[in-house]
Amino acid sequence: MGVEVRVEGLTKSFGGHPVWADVSLTLPTGEISVLLGPSGTGKSVFLKTLIGLLKPDRGSIWISDRDLPRLSERDLYEVRRLFGVLFQDGALFGSMTLYDNVAFPLREHTRKSESEIRSIVSEKLEMVGLTGAEKKLPGEISGGMRKRAGLARALVLDPEIILFDEPDSGLDPVRTAYLNQLIVDLNQQTDATFLIVTHDINTARTVPDNIGLLYHRHLAMFGPREMLLSSEEPVVRQFLNAQRVGPIGMAEEKDADELEAEAAAGVELPPLPPIPPQLPPSNGLPRRAQRPAGQWCRENGVVPPPGSFETNMPSTGRHSVENTHELPVVAS
Amino acid sequence: MSVGPPANPEVARKHRGGPVVGYATEGLRIYGNFFAFCLDALRGLFRRPFQVREFIQQAWFISSVSILPAALVSIPFGAVIALQLGSLTRQIGAQSFTGAASVIAIVREAGPIVTALIVAGAAGSAICADLGARKIREELDAMEVLGIDPIHRLVAPRVVASMLIAVLLNGLVNVVGVAGGYTFNVMMQGGTPGAYLASFQALGQLPDLIAGEVKALLFGAIAAIVASYKGMTAKGGPKGVGDAVNQSVVITFMLLFAVNFVVTAIYFQVVPQKGS
Ligand SMILES: Nc1ncnc2c1ncn2[C@@H]1O[C@H](COP(=O)(O)OP(=O)(O)O)[C@@H](O)[C@H]1O
Ligand SMILES: [Mg+2]
Repeated sequence: MGVEVRVEGLTKSFGGHPVWADVSLTLPTGEISVLLGPSGTGKSVFLKTLIGLLKPDRGSIWISDRDLPRLSERDLYEVRRLFGVLFQDGALFGSMTLYDNVAFPLREHTRKSESEIRSIVSEKLEMVGLTGAEKKLPGEISGGMRKRAGLARALVLDPEIILFDEPDSGLDPVRTAYLNQLIVDLNQQTDATFLIVTHDINTARTVPDNIGLLYHRHLAMFGPREMLLSSEEPVVRQFLNAQRVGPIGMAEEKDADELEAEAAAGVELPPLPPIPPQLPPSNGLPRRAQRPAGQWCRENGVVPPPGSFETNMPSTGRHSVENTHELPVVAS
Repeated sequence: MSVGPPANPEVARKHRGGPVVGYATEGLRIYGNFFAFCLDALRGLFRRPFQVREFIQQAWFISSVSILPAALVSIPFGAVIALQLGSLTRQIGAQSFTGAASVIAIVREAGPIVTALIVAGAAGSAICADLGARKIREELDAMEVLGIDPIHRLVAPRVVASMLIAVLLNGLVNVVGVAGGYTFNVMMQGGTPGAYLASFQALGQLPDLIAGEVKALLFGAIAAIVASYKGMTAKGGPKGVGDAVNQSVVITFMLLFAVNFVVTAIYFQVVPQKGS
């Protein structure tokens, strides 16, 4: 039914270098949250800290009344049963077939008979569209299939919290669209709490209920999707809209000189692009955690950029960047 | 267990006081981690249920990568020892002891050394590469999230398999090395089979073989534990796995030669030698 995860003042460093510091956020029960950040900002480290694979230097991770970094080994294993994790490349066991991979958690943790296992495994494999690939080895299938198989394995014990590490990396746009749809549908069916870690702006703009932005070793902002997509905060605005103007440069952040030069040259910030409508579940019914489009803006007196929430608008956030004009129109 | 200061001196300096303290704590931390890993691995050996399937697969795998190189290395090794000792015994007028000397040299020293080379170079590197690849594919993380302890599931059976195969390998190296030495001595240096065997009776004893097998057992355990540790702590993508394998082989070599020396020294203290 979903469980709330409350992170307070979390800090993690490797060999004296902080990866990120003082991260506080709450993943609301049953909602989809996206944690967005450039590559190397420690998104994967954050996920691994959330499930106790890495120990934070400071801070708490509250899951109901248990503080995960301070649990004993035994309690930790128990709390981890609440989690399903889709690792970046699926993390399938290379020596097992897809079927055995998906059956693995059932065989390890339940006393189900082989025929019960078979029916659960085929159900999950069907859910991710891998029926017929049971006998394949992970080395023989494409990256997208590995991710979906990893997702099936993560779902097999009916987790309350599902973590996705870059579900969209290394996939073509069509597969990404399918996978995003699958994620939304899964949330509708399971009402589990979802956290998606990604650097794909399009996913961040259309899939979640909440967005967080990890940047420059801290959490720049975390909140409802509409709050971030209508935010004028320079870093948030630049990243979520894939703009070149702003504090983020090619290598990490721009220095003061560059920013001054930018200001002096009178570089205009491009207007905020419209907020795209949220990706609905494919059966047309709303998700339990879903809020009406524009609700947050109305409640907080924010006027969304013109054209927001129109269903026929292009769904990619990248179109608003400079390349709209340069893209040749391909006659088909 | 990358020996030495942290890669970035900047880190060491920022890290609690001066660079020296930084290096020292970093170093201590690494050895501390490795030591903790050894303890976990030992504990894993006695945890039930023992992973029989993984053990058999690994034993098969390790023997498949090590038997052929071991046999091929021990033939010339046996021959070289026969050649050296043959000429040395001639110089000091003790040809009749050629057989004894070369068999003892092979069983006591050459056997364990060749075993160490093969165990570290072939078995250790294979274990490290395998676990390293699983580490960077996040298979080990996935395993832990699914509530399985990779040390119990993967490391313990590898350590036992490596110990078993090292012992068998040592036996193989002895047989092949002695046969090689015998052939070389009898056929090319004009020694007589009778003298070869008789002299061996005079000086050789069973504890020689036992000591060699004990060494091999230790070598197998050390190689597997170091390789597993380096593999499971590999980071930074495929290059990280390559580095881990490289370091694992180098570290294992150093450890095995040191252990070899210690065991040999103890052996001469504990076991009375024939004719002395
Ligand atoms: N086990 C580790 N030991 C040391 N440094 C690490 C470790 N894991 C990750 N890092 C470092 O932490 C940073 C963040 O890594 P990561 O979480 O993989 O980034 P992202 O997933 O956002 O691309 C990187 O600079 C990486 O080198
Ligand atoms: Mg990552």
